[in-house]
Amino acid sequence: MLRYTLKRLVSLAVSLAVASVVIFLAIEVLPGDPAAYMLGVNAQEDTLAALREQLGLNMSGWERYSSWILGLLQGDFGTSYTYRTPVADMIAERVKVSLPLAVYALVLSTVIAFPAGIYAASRRGRPGDVAIMGVTQLGVAIPNFWFAMLMVLVFSINLRWFSAGGFPGWDAGVLACLKALTLPAIALALPQASILARVMRSSLLDTLSEDFVRTARAKGLTRAQALRRHALRNALIPVLTIIGLQFSFLLAGAIIIENVFFLPGLGRLIFQSISSRDLVVVESVVMLLVFAVVVVNFAVEIAYALVDPRLRAGR
Amino acid sequence: MSLLEISGLDLDIHGTPILRDVSFSVDPGRIVGVIGESGSGKSMTAFTVMQLLPNGAEAAGSVRLSGHEMLGLPEAELCRLRGNEVGMVFQEPMTALNPIRTIGDQVAETILIHEDVPKAEAMKRAREALNRVELPADRFPLSRYPHELSGGQRQRVVIAMAIALRPKLLIADEPTTALDVTTQAQILALLTRLVREDGMGMLMITHDLAVVSDMADEIVIMQHGRVVERGACPGIFSNLTHPYSKALLAASSHVPERVERAGQAPLLEVRGVIRDYTLPRKTLFGAPVKVHAVRGVSFTLERGESLGLVGESGCGKSTLTRAILGLEEVQEGDIRLDGEPVFDGHRANRDVRRRMQVVFQDPYGSFNPRHKVSRLVTEPFHLLDDPPRGAARAAAIDEALISVGMRPSDKEKYIHEFSGGQRQRIAIARALIIKPDLIILDEAVSALDVQVRAQILDLLADLSAKFGLTYLFISHDLSVVRSITDRVMVMKSGEIVEEGPTDRVFDAPSHPYTRQLIEAAPKLPETA
Repeated sequence: MLRYTLKRLVSLAVSLAVASVVIFLAIEVLPGDPAAYMLGVNAQEDTLAALREQLGLNMSGWERYSSWILGLLQGDFGTSYTYRTPVADMIAERVKVSLPLAVYALVLSTVIAFPAGIYAASRRGRPGDVAIMGVTQLGVAIPNFWFAMLMVLVFSINLRWFSAGGFPGWDAGVLACLKALTLPAIALALPQASILARVMRSSLLDTLSEDFVRTARAKGLTRAQALRRHALRNALIPVLTIIGLQFSFLLAGAIIIENVFFLPGLGRLIFQSISSRDLVVVESVVMLLVFAVVVVNFAVEIAYALVDPRLRAGR
Repeated sequence: MSLLEISGLDLDIHGTPILRDVSFSVDPGRIVGVIGESGSGKSMTAFTVMQLLPNGAEAAGSVRLSGHEMLGLPEAELCRLRGNEVGMVFQEPMTALNPIRTIGDQVAETILIHEDVPKAEAMKRAREALNRVELPADRFPLSRYPHELSGGQRQRVVIAMAIALRPKLLIADEPTTALDVTTQAQILALLTRLVREDGMGMLMITHDLAVVSDMADEIVIMQHGRVVERGACPGIFSNLTHPYSKALLAASSHVPERVERAGQAPLLEVRGVIRDYTLPRKTLFGAPVKVHAVRGVSFTLERGESLGLVGESGCGKSTLTRAILGLEEVQEGDIRLDGEPVFDGHRANRDVRRRMQVVFQDPYGSFNPRHKVSRLVTEPFHLLDDPPRGAARAAAIDEALISVGMRPSDKEKYIHEFSGGQRQRIAIARALIIKPDLIILDEAVSALDVQVRAQILDLLADLSAKFGLTYLFISHDLSVVRSITDRVMVMKSGEIVEEGPTDRVFDAPSHPYTRQLIEAAPKLPETA
């Protein structure tokens, strides 16, 4: 297990290093002058020179890369060109919204998907299964922003249970924040839960037809016992893979939902900095998201090993 | 009263008749062997006793297990009986155990399900059950996982699970079919011992007459879902009455007629072949461990000869086969076909490659299900620089199909329309189509029923006579190798330990390992 973990840690470090080089190359070294790009076509020559100086563009590529990485390691993400504030502070502000939202949505999705998938698999072909498959089909098909607007209409405008958008900030108290995140989290969780439930069901059905489930039944376990004790854990690997992918997506890809609910999250930050050509911010946020994805993958791989002893042995 | 009494059992699955009027019984302490080919309903009979039938199954008649009528018994009652009154052992030990739970846990589960005992007590009894199946505590602690055990050891764990509560009846469904001969002999001896010790009744299901003839007290022969013959063993073998049973016995000991045409000129020469695999390091700084799959193998295969290669799983015969076919490079040594090297630098030599073909074991997995037979059998044409086209191609397909006893019109069909035996014929047609000199038969008849196997062996003998083919016949089944080869090599741990004319090796084996193999192989009783 230790060997397995060490191996994964090495591959994590390598992925991060490769990603940082790719991001750096894509943004700073590829043809074109970042300063000109950031200022637009009508920029004055002296403004451009000043910006180049500020961005350190007159240093060599290697020098700029190493100073960027060293800065990242010390928590210095540079200064936003548009807002003239440290990028680290801007990101920290946004992560406080995006991370809880992603976790909230993921918890909702898992809590809905597991029982639904298990129930459907255990009554394959019967009305319960058909109903769940129908609902999840719908859940995958409905665009989540449309569903979000529908919820706003019902729960905010008609029933007035939730506010239609915005985020009060953590100073306003945990409950108020959770309340503000509830509708967005549901909107995000609906398609995710539908996909996860379907994956859970099909993975479980595959496992239920395995020989060892029949062996378990021959020992005298009931259908439900065989499912719970033997099939379930074996069916988890594909489910964990999907959960990992979903978490990464929820963290970075919630931009539409953030816009619907006016939430100051990471997605909107990227979108705004791309529109205002604030490459310093784009670079750092992308790197942060890569970091998050890689770390989540690492966590998923550790979870695989906890589920399956064959992986623990480390080949 | 019998322990298990099956009378007038009919079974339909989704309206298709599976069993018709099956009746027989098992008494305590007796072993009843149920024999039949695939599709004869022998396994379904066992699953009916367990009441673990697929959806859509409808059974009628009577199955009484120690006084309980199993048909129509509520599920809760059945769960109480399964594992407690009746235990079951399955064919495929590699997949019969849950890969993510320890063996101790899985054996103890049988006890915990049926008895209200503390976990520690159940683990203690699981230990005893594992000891009884000869998995001692020092080498097989309860904390082992299935992937750390071999096939035979896993089968012992499955048996331990089945007998942990000392059931009155043990059902074994092809328990040794997936195992090597020596392992098979050990498992059969173990099962017989447990039956005798516990006074269990045992229902032993198999397709192999020889396997049951040694151990069964009574034999039931099934065909098309019906019992065609039953009687006490071994007496039954000398006076079989039903034509099917006679045919089955004849097929089991079938020896194809063949002409020996050995010793013309060397065709395949293998000289000092060594193939090692490097395993991943166990510790961070330790030296990597090497596995010597093939260590210094040399032999010559004469043109027109049929050479057998026997050995148990892991002996290196598959690695050697891959090397001969140019699929895998060797570290040392030389493989030549008719004087030409099989390897051309680091790649397989196409000129040599097109002169040998291979037929694999699995008649189901070795075809692409989306292609028609015409395309499947012409696959080797990609080895030719100028493959036949148009009419010549069609003629080649027809010729290949006819020579293996299929019809030319079969080329328009897909592979799922054929039975296992027919598929194996198509696989042979695929090998024949580019008129190779050498055909490697890698367990080519191992997955077939005995009667089909006899037909395929006849076909191979015919083809060899007709086309002057040379065979390298790889198998773990000694009786098959004996019937079809001129010369045989015995392989163990990557080395050829014995080699010689087939009759000599089988009648007077000189190496202890060969003796052990022949000893372990199940034999049919002599019938006058």
